[in-house]
Amino acid sequence: MQNPNNNRKFVIGGMVVAVAVLFMLRLFYIQVIDRSYQLSSNNNSRLRVVEYPDRGRIFDRYGKVMVFNEPVFDLLMLPQQVREFDTLEMCSILNVDLAELRESMKKARDYSRYRQSAVVRQISPEQNARLYEKLYKYPGFSVQIRTQRKYPQSIAPHILGYVGEVNAADINGDSYYQSGDYIGKSGLEQEYESYLRGRKGIRFMMVDVHKRLQGNFENGRYDTVPEPGKKLTITIDAGLQEYGEKLLAHKKGSIVAIEPSTGEILAMVSSPAYDPNELVGRIRGKNFERLMNDSLNPLFNRGTMSRYSPGSIFKIIQALVALQMGVIDEYYSVDCNKNIIGCHDHPNAHGLREGIRYSCNPYFYNVFRRIILQGKSTSQFQDSQVGLKSWYQMVYTFGLGQTLPVDLPGIKPGLIPDVPFYDKWYGASRWAFSNIYSNSIGQGEVETVPIQIANLAAIIANRGFYYVPHLVKSIEGIDTIPRKFTEQHFTAIDPKYFDIVSDGMEEVVYQPGGTGSRAQVPGVVVCGKTGTVQNTGNKEDHSGFFAFAPKERPRIAIVAYVENSGAGGVWAAVITSLMIEKYLNGTITQTAKEQMILEYQQY
Amino acid sequence: MANPRTNFIARLDWLTIILFLVMVGFGWMNVFAATQNEGSPGTILDFSHRYSKQFYYILTALAIAVITLAIDGKVWSFFSFPIFGIMLLILPITILIGREVNGARAWIFIGSFTLQPAEFMKFATALALAKVLSRYNFQIHKLKNLLIVGAILGLPIVLILLQKDTGTALVFLVFVLVLFREGLSWVVLFVAGLAILLFVLTMLVPLPVLLPVISVIALMLTWLYQRNLKFFYGGGIMLAALFGLAVLASRYLGQEWSLARLFFIASVIAFLIWLLIILRKKHNPLLLILFTWMGAMIFIFSVDFVFHEILQEHQQSRINNILGLESDPLGRGYNLNQSKIAIGSGGFFGKGYLQGTQTRFNFVPEQSTDFIFCTVGEEWGFIGSLIILGMFTGLILRLIVLAERQRSVFSRVYGYGVASVLFFHFAINIGMTIGIVPVIGIPLPFFSYGGSSLWAFTLMLFIFLRLDTDRYQIVS
Repeated sequence: MQNPNNNRKFVIGGMVVAVAVLFMLRLFYIQVIDRSYQLSSNNNSRLRVVEYPDRGRIFDRYGKVMVFNEPVFDLLMLPQQVREFDTLEMCSILNVDLAELRESMKKARDYSRYRQSAVVRQISPEQNARLYEKLYKYPGFSVQIRTQRKYPQSIAPHILGYVGEVNAADINGDSYYQSGDYIGKSGLEQEYESYLRGRKGIRFMMVDVHKRLQGNFENGRYDTVPEPGKKLTITIDAGLQEYGEKLLAHKKGSIVAIEPSTGEILAMVSSPAYDPNELVGRIRGKNFERLMNDSLNPLFNRGTMSRYSPGSIFKIIQALVALQMGVIDEYYSVDCNKNIIGCHDHPNAHGLREGIRYSCNPYFYNVFRRIILQGKSTSQFQDSQVGLKSWYQMVYTFGLGQTLPVDLPGIKPGLIPDVPFYDKWYGASRWAFSNIYSNSIGQGEVETVPIQIANLAAIIANRGFYYVPHLVKSIEGIDTIPRKFTEQHFTAIDPKYFDIVSDGMEEVVYQPGGTGSRAQVPGVVVCGKTGTVQNTGNKEDHSGFFAFAPKERPRIAIVAYVENSGAGGVWAAVITSLMIEKYLNGTITQTAKEQMILEYQQY
Repeated sequence: MANPRTNFIARLDWLTIILFLVMVGFGWMNVFAATQNEGSPGTILDFSHRYSKQFYYILTALAIAVITLAIDGKVWSFFSFPIFGIMLLILPITILIGREVNGARAWIFIGSFTLQPAEFMKFATALALAKVLSRYNFQIHKLKNLLIVGAILGLPIVLILLQKDTGTALVFLVFVLVLFREGLSWVVLFVAGLAILLFVLTMLVPLPVLLPVISVIALMLTWLYQRNLKFFYGGGIMLAALFGLAVLASRYLGQEWSLARLFFIASVIAFLIWLLIILRKKHNPLLLILFTWMGAMIFIFSVDFVFHEILQEHQQSRINNILGLESDPLGRGYNLNQSKIAIGSGGFFGKGYLQGTQTRFNFVPEQSTDFIFCTVGEEWGFIGSLIILGMFTGLILRLIVLAERQRSVFSRVYGYGVASVLFFHFAINIGMTIGIVPVIGIPLPFFSYGGSSLWAFTLMLFIFLRLDTDRYQIVS
């Protein structure tokens, strides 16, 4: 070779080959070995489109709709396609402010030019109809249908509860939920969420870089169809519930009514209340805040959460426990001397029935004394311990001092004091009957919530057993309700003793000197008992009354409380009477009583 | 088989022509895949889509190819300087009347039609270079010749840089390979290689670390070269003392005097002291190492200065991104990241023609032009990518073989010019899509959408094929 530079062709050729080999190795790495690019590619181009199912509707015990889903319309805008249009006309159709519309359109544009966002939410069906005719004039706009909860009778907010957007805890707790989903936040909506929500459908779509849909992924092979929520039938009698809410309007209090033979809750009224439609849709946030800050606490379900001293109602328990223990018999009598414990003026009680009729405080002081101090030990302290322990064991079987597993969130347990309770309070063996006798008449440490008292009425009506009070009657597609609601719970009391207290409760309503004569219902034998709850401080007593009716084969067990309104024989007894009449007879004949209640307003 | 000495058709290098046709055809398929989704559906012929435009560009390119083959090869040698001159005039005109697209003023609009003159500068420069190097008894290392060659390469670079089309300007650096083939010293390649290495190191390693490390390497080289422990220890102590002083000084001087700057000053002082010692003791061979060391220090320092003081933020980002110093998948690294996702998701066999989600749904920016290789990688997979690599490597190597068989220096130099330019485009474009070269916007020859680049490459290639048919002629 004449020119030494001729060899340099190999250097240059070598560089070309070297680059090609380097590229080959690199391509092999990113295309064949490293699969992360495959994943990124899928994330880029696949979009999960969620289709929401209809939430399950809720019906009352007679099949009347209590909750359904109402279609609402949102106006969506795709900024990229929007041309000039008559904003004023749109504003007048939708009844929105021009500034408001401009603001939300700007927000939508800032969010994305290529994705739809809602600019006007919850357009009424009428507005939608008018808008629909004009929609051709508004390129880039479309209407999306969603559903929201609607409550036709506007009742039972505390039972039904409300739905709201999931929070971080909901999402972390159940992988089903994603940001923006709705979930039952209280009441039955929360309790039966897993049935009501149905199942979301998922469609996999292909999208381009601007998230515009480009068609189904693999012809929908991986898609699922949304499954509508299950229909829920509940035990509530919507008519009775509505009537109860009417009676308690402008009063603070609650009513709980149960069908004794099944434990089904017929009505559960808590007042003050609110219209459940207030916590739906566009107005929800504002209203929720207002209700939260309301000093009357309308979001609070008094029927399951208000802890009261049971007052004289508790005397029924004392009577039953004492009979069962054999420390008294039905003829046990006590002079009404007001030395130790006060009482109202009434004839001396001869026998247990009259003790109940007159609601005699000294009588039940002595009954409780006999229960606690049975002389099993020479020490007052020891004896009280033994007595309280066996008393507690029996009282507990009435479903008191424990959280009844009712199908509502947030049930309160109340309190039945036992030996450890007082040991902690006073110190071990440093308390005796003299420290705890207030409990004899339902004051002192005992505390109950209204649903426990309603259940107590059911126990007496059943002569000694109960079913856990519940709201579910049936769930679509499921044959049975949970077993906890069909199991009989027996008390520790012999059924024969219940006849004695039932007689006493009848006398309360029908015999002279009875404290609850206002609870009478035409054509029905009502058995009831007043419970006037004394409050500390200068506050007026709570008026309480519980009852069941008819006396034979009872169909309703009920309790009513009106806070700070005075004696149980007045407001609560009248309300109970009206509720029983409404449920058993269907019509109200006692119009004077009704008038009196409706006119009584606390706020 | 007809005798190539008498038959023109037989003298044509059909291997190259077939490679060209296959690449252009495959290129169009990929442009179609990348652009069939844009706008309303259309046909190939209605000129409303990129793929239909590209179809016409290809037809035009074929016409250019045929015409070029029909023109006497001597024309190019004869008119090489006028062509070069005219192109040099058109570039400034482009700056004046051109419209700005993507920040560069590189396009002339003729009606709805656009032309990018810089693309045609490449073949003109190759012609001019071939003309100069083919002069009788041309000696490349003569200063006058170096200046002429420098001017031929420098003028287009400067003018194209003025258009703010950095990518295209960089292409002209590849002619160094041609010069190398024609006898340019190894030193140039060595220096160029060293410069690239130092550039990368400057970006990766903080200067206060890099400067001493380079110095220590230089010291070790002196020891290897001379086995002179006196120099080794003496130099080491001196350097340590000077750098130590620099560290101390940095504590008392203001922020203006960064450690890197003080290290640099210390290095200059060390250089001067050393220079005196070497000259007095007549250890002249050490001067090479000393000057290389000082050159490296100056280079590093100026690269750092240019990077931080002169380059704009987006240019810094691109460089940082490619060196793995910056990670922002949605920011400036977006192109690169999406490009790698598209290619990487292709797998071994690819997703199938027209089945690529990344390219069809516009995840990759510039996917029909500079990032056309993404479509290949995604839809044809590793297999398809290998075929492309093979075709380009084959074409470039074939061109080198053709160039080497020329008797005329003009044809050989021009042939190397064509091969080098194709090599540069191939290396930079594909390297950029797979993330081993910074994102520099130059097209993939015969594949990328666009008339100018396709026509320019076709013209360039077929001039050489025509010159090749004249290979049996006596060199005049």
